[in-house]
Amino acid sequence: MNIVVCVKYVPDSTADRHFEEDLTVDRVGVDGLLSELDEYAVEQALQLKEKVGDDSADHMVTVLSVGPERASDAVRKSLQMGCDAGVHVVDAAIAGSDAVGTSLVLAKAVAKIGAESGWDVVMCGMASTDGSMGVVPAMLAERLDVPAVTLGSEVELSADSGGNTTLRIRRDGDTATETIEATLPVVCSVTDQSGEARYPSFKGIMAAKKKPVATWSLSDLGVDAELVGLAAAYTVVEDSQARPPRTAGQVVADDDGAGAHALVEFLASKKFI
Amino acid sequence: MSEVLVLVDSNSLVDGKVSKPTLELLTIARRIGEPSAVLIGDPSTGSAVETLAAYGAEKIYAVSASDGTDITGYLVAPKAEVLAQLVERTGPAAVLIPSGGEGKEIAGRLAVKTDSGLITDAVDVQPGDDSTRGTPVTTQSVFAGSYTVRARVTHGTPIITVKPNSAAPAQHQGAGAVEELTVTISESAKTAKITASEPRKASGRPELTEAAIVVSGGRGTGGDFTAVEAFADAIGAAVGASRAAVDSGWMPHAFQVGQTGKTVSPQLYVANGISGAIQHRAGMQTSKTIVAVNKDDEAPIFELVDFGVVGDLQKVLPAATEEITKRKG
Ligand SMILES: Cc1cc2nc3c(=O)[nH]c(=O)nc-3n(C[C@H](O)[C@H](O)[C@H](O)COP(=O)(O)OP(=O)(O)OC[C@H]3O[C@@H](n4cnc5c(N)ncnc54)[C@H](O)[C@@H]3O)c2cc1C
Ligand SMILES: Nc1ncnc2c1ncn2[C@@H]1O[C@H](COP(=O)(O)O)[C@@H](O)[C@H]1O
Repeated sequence: MNIVVCVKYVPDSTADRHFEEDLTVDRVGVDGLLSELDEYAVEQALQLKEKVGDDSADHMVTVLSVGPERASDAVRKSLQMGCDAGVHVVDAAIAGSDAVGTSLVLAKAVAKIGAESGWDVVMCGMASTDGSMGVVPAMLAERLDVPAVTLGSEVELSADSGGNTTLRIRRDGDTATETIEATLPVVCSVTDQSGEARYPSFKGIMAAKKKPVATWSLSDLGVDAELVGLAAAYTVVEDSQARPPRTAGQVVADDDGAGAHALVEFLASKKFI
Repeated sequence: MSEVLVLVDSNSLVDGKVSKPTLELLTIARRIGEPSAVLIGDPSTGSAVETLAAYGAEKIYAVSASDGTDITGYLVAPKAEVLAQLVERTGPAAVLIPSGGEGKEIAGRLAVKTDSGLITDAVDVQPGDDSTRGTPVTTQSVFAGSYTVRARVTHGTPIITVKPNSAAPAQHQGAGAVEELTVTISESAKTAKITASEPRKASGRPELTEAAIVVSGGRGTGGDFTAVEAFADAIGAAVGASRAAVDSGWMPHAFQVGQTGKTVSPQLYVANGISGAIQHRAGMQTSKTIVAVNKDDEAPIFELVDFGVVGDLQKVLPAATEEITKRKG
């Protein structure tokens, strides 16, 4: 079983995120980290591997991140959590890529990772915490010409009657809870309902130091630099505006039980009742 | 004038009735060009065709699989395939798709198939002008609602997923000419399928993302949502929850408001026993009026409110519910 897990290095969502002058997200001036939502993908990738069995070289979880120099932090953290090998695609030409460009680079990298012994599952998070488009997994599946099973809150492997392995997920949708499955190879994405991600153990942190990390540029992947980056993006931001801070409203204490009455008065004054 | 394709997925047909977000998309489409509804699933059910025409659809492409299989049982790949064929044939001014898990996936695949730019989660779409070479301009809310961004597609066909509540559905009689279309589903697309589906029980309350008023409860409810629900019912609101309440198993995930749940933008949002973490704010920050009940006067949610009560929600809400019921007589 060869699993590739895609993780993104993102600006810390609790920090003051903002735009650069060229209206791209500032990824340098703000502290970054492994996207919290991708930790769930790492967790599920590791669990899939653990379920299929032994720790031999037949079963590999490779973490893949496309991003700036510091995205190596995200790769390292994933290795500490238990991934076996890392791939970091870094190239100045990638900066400012939109989902179309990012998915192209990811697809080429997945193909290269699987060049020798193939790949079975590409595991993704449900969305990145910065752009939060939630479209890269579907785009990747389209480019790799495989099915996608997305937004899983439970993931499991099973063998179908034809002897193929299928990946089955549970998706808690708006109108129904669905069971969705597809034959490997597949692209899968998981939500933050899929189960707590593990913390790196001391052993994991030490072991990570010895794990192989490949650093690839666009030319290593055979991707034309003209096809990615801000200039090649298929979308343009016209302008961005900080939301005006909300002016502090009235806050009353309910000491004497007057809070409910004040609340109803407020709602009535705004014509909600 | 160019066509604007609007995806009407089978999921947006409830008992043959067209959902409100689809009508919103038709309304938006008419600002940009001539709305064409793309109806996947059985068009003969209910009054869908009439409704689509009444809200502006000039054309309705009714799509079924050539071998008779039910496309709706397969995931998005065949739906993206259909749209790609229509994009090729009609050269539309834009493709509008409802935001949401499935919508975004279809949009993502379609963008790759047609080599086009993609914008997700638009809260407004306006027609372009000369300065944008006629391409529509979208508005999005980013970074947990702390920024508003206007953007547009610069390559290929603009593919835009639109959030619910982004326009008020407006009636406008269109021709509603039905054109039947069949598509072949590739074998690889067929391997991904929905093997079981358990419909969620209807709560009888307004739909969370469409409601004018949302009343939410968090960890501070201690697991007892009775007071929150009674208050919601008294003012005709939908019920929401924080992730802490969902993670504790008190409410299903479909009720979660926030970064990894629903984004709501109602006229009134009432947060009860919710601290106001950034990830929760991401889903409610753009509400018109915000009210909170929390026993901690330092809870960050109070930074956002128009009106707040520092107190125990289990006391404040029942008292407020009682007074509202009395007033209504
Ligand atoms: C990647 C990621 C995604 C996330 N996505 C979401 C999301 O989509 N939605 C979301 O909500 N969270 C999300 N979170 C979690 C978020 O960070 C908070 O942990 C969560 O919102 C806290 O929920 P809460 O406010 O109900 O609980 P708490 O933070 O524990 O707050 C409970 C509040 O209730 C008050 N309280 C207690 N008892 C009473 C009482 N009797 N009466 C009145 N008030 C009382 C307390 O004073 C406190 O302010 C996400 C986190 C991460 C890392
Ligand atoms: N630059 C990237 N490097 C690696 N994985 C990524 C990258 N961008 C997106 N992904 C993956 O795609 C998922 C969805 O991202 P997005 O569509 O940007 O919201 C993420 O959770 C990641 O698993």
